[in-house]
Amino acid sequence: MMEAAAQEKILSVINEKFEGEVIESGMIRDFFTIVLKKEKITDIIRHLYHHTETRFQFLTTLCGIHYPDQNQIAVMYQLHNLHTNQRMRLKVYLSADRPEVNTLTPVFAGANWMERETYDFFGVNFIGHPNLKRILNVEDMIIHPLRKEYPLEDQTREDKSDLMFGR
Amino acid sequence: MIERQDHKTPVAQDEKQISYLNLGPTHPATHGIFQNVLKMDGEVIVDSTPTIGYIHRAFEKLAERRPFGQITPITDRLNYCSAPINNMGWHMTVEKLLGVEIPKRVQYLRVIIMELARITDHIVCNAVIGVDTGALTGFVYLFQQRELVYEIYEEICGTRLTTNIGRIGGFERDFSPKAWDKINRFLKELPEVLKEFEGLLNRNRIFMDRTIGAGGITAEKALSYSFTGPNLRAAGIDYDVRVMNPYSSYEDFDFIIPVGKNGDVYDRFMVRQEEMWQSLSIIKQAMDKLPEGSFHADVPEFYLPPKEEVYNNMEALIYHFKIVMGETEIPRGEVYHCVEGANGELGFYLISDGGRTPYRLHFRRPCFIFYQAYPEIIKGSMLSDAILTMSSMNVIAGELDA
Repeated sequence: MMEAAAQEKILSVINEKFEGEVIESGMIRDFFTIVLKKEKITDIIRHLYHHTETRFQFLTTLCGIHYPDQNQIAVMYQLHNLHTNQRMRLKVYLSADRPEVNTLTPVFAGANWMERETYDFFGVNFIGHPNLKRILNVEDMIIHPLRKEYPLEDQTREDKSDLMFGR
Repeated sequence: MIERQDHKTPVAQDEKQISYLNLGPTHPATHGIFQNVLKMDGEVIVDSTPTIGYIHRAFEKLAERRPFGQITPITDRLNYCSAPINNMGWHMTVEKLLGVEIPKRVQYLRVIIMELARITDHIVCNAVIGVDTGALTGFVYLFQQRELVYEIYEEICGTRLTTNIGRIGGFERDFSPKAWDKINRFLKELPEVLKEFEGLLNRNRIFMDRTIGAGGITAEKALSYSFTGPNLRAAGIDYDVRVMNPYSSYEDFDFIIPVGKNGDVYDRFMVRQEEMWQSLSIIKQAMDKLPEGSFHADVPEFYLPPKEEVYNNMEALIYHFKIVMGETEIPRGEVYHCVEGANGELGFYLISDGGRTPYRLHFRRPCFIFYQAYPEIIKGSMLSDAILTMSSMNVIAGELDA
């Protein structure tokens, strides 16, 4: 749980260099979450990495979330300050038609495969990524399977014979 | 996909001959489905390209169709060497979403199970490091102990490898006296075997020459690659989720987080070895301090009632029906919960939209994240060291590919 003072600190660190980039912020359960504009996300994370008062120098995870109703894909970054044990979540919302955001690989080497995974499953184009290729799915797949428009097979369908394999 | 190489043998700038070697996907030395295309100069690795995804089973997509209780068997198949940790991590994530208060006894029982699982995982890893360095003896001895733990699982939940142990809210039944007997037997027998194993390898000149300095990574690099778990601690960073964000009453126990210095194969081996001793101590502490009480939380909306009551009692029948058919109210929300898996921080990022299944579930799989550093670690080392590095990093294919 992060105190209000610590939250203010992080927001002021972002605002001192990147005025107007924060769309909204607040606690979601025990996690401090900031929604940011997508253009300068890499610079903001680099700033949070180097600034002496934040030092978020560990990328815990990174993933995508599809919101078909808003036609948006969110990319969630989870950062960890190992010095003070603060965790934080950053989010950017991209258009689902052409999701594009700058890569985080110059800041964290570990972002490489996480971004490839997000590209593979959501089709997010990470601009500047050194090797943006599919990672878990087959190379010649044409869809991005974790998007909501690809539902899993309906388990109640009856037009298939289950004589051999069962359902 | 790997670019096809032309048939002319490429020649490096200093007239050395470069050759390509396919290590895997099903190579007996890699203990799992990993493919690496190695660019070799003689026996030295110049560069490598890993390909993963051979056993990808789309768990994150599958989870979007399954009620919460049915996701537990999926988590078994992430790191199948320590399935109970994954199960417990998932249960705790759901409990965090639901806001369920868990009795102390359940938390302690969970700690016992998780530490047993950590021991088995480290047994697999360290025994296999022994095998890859040419010492098969230790492997045979340690695997007998692993068998004992599997018998304990069997006594508690009925299965051995993919355990599906526990329920959301606690356990399906209390530990039987026979299970306690087996745990006690294991606690008595493991230290002797472990000492013997350490006698074989820890100060063995051949083993030390083979492992010290092989497959090393610096602390800065390890952090940049988001390493967690024993691999990070071997590089000298004392980050352990059990201490940083205690869950399931880990704050009640007294234990040491071992750290290495060079991040090489030997340090990883030693860190895991010491962690086994610490796990043993945690299990003993938990058994000594085990509180009385129920083996499950009192949450009838989420915890299946006992079968006798379902047949004889109206409320129990209703709850049973509601749980099985997914009719219970699930709160909306977004939670992240992490546990210290045997390989590092195992995180569950769960978004619920109030439906009976998760809207989105993302697994933070430590193997997937640290395996990307593998090409960099093995660059410039010998082929045999590369095999050793992979087994010492304990890359588990199930967790890598999800």
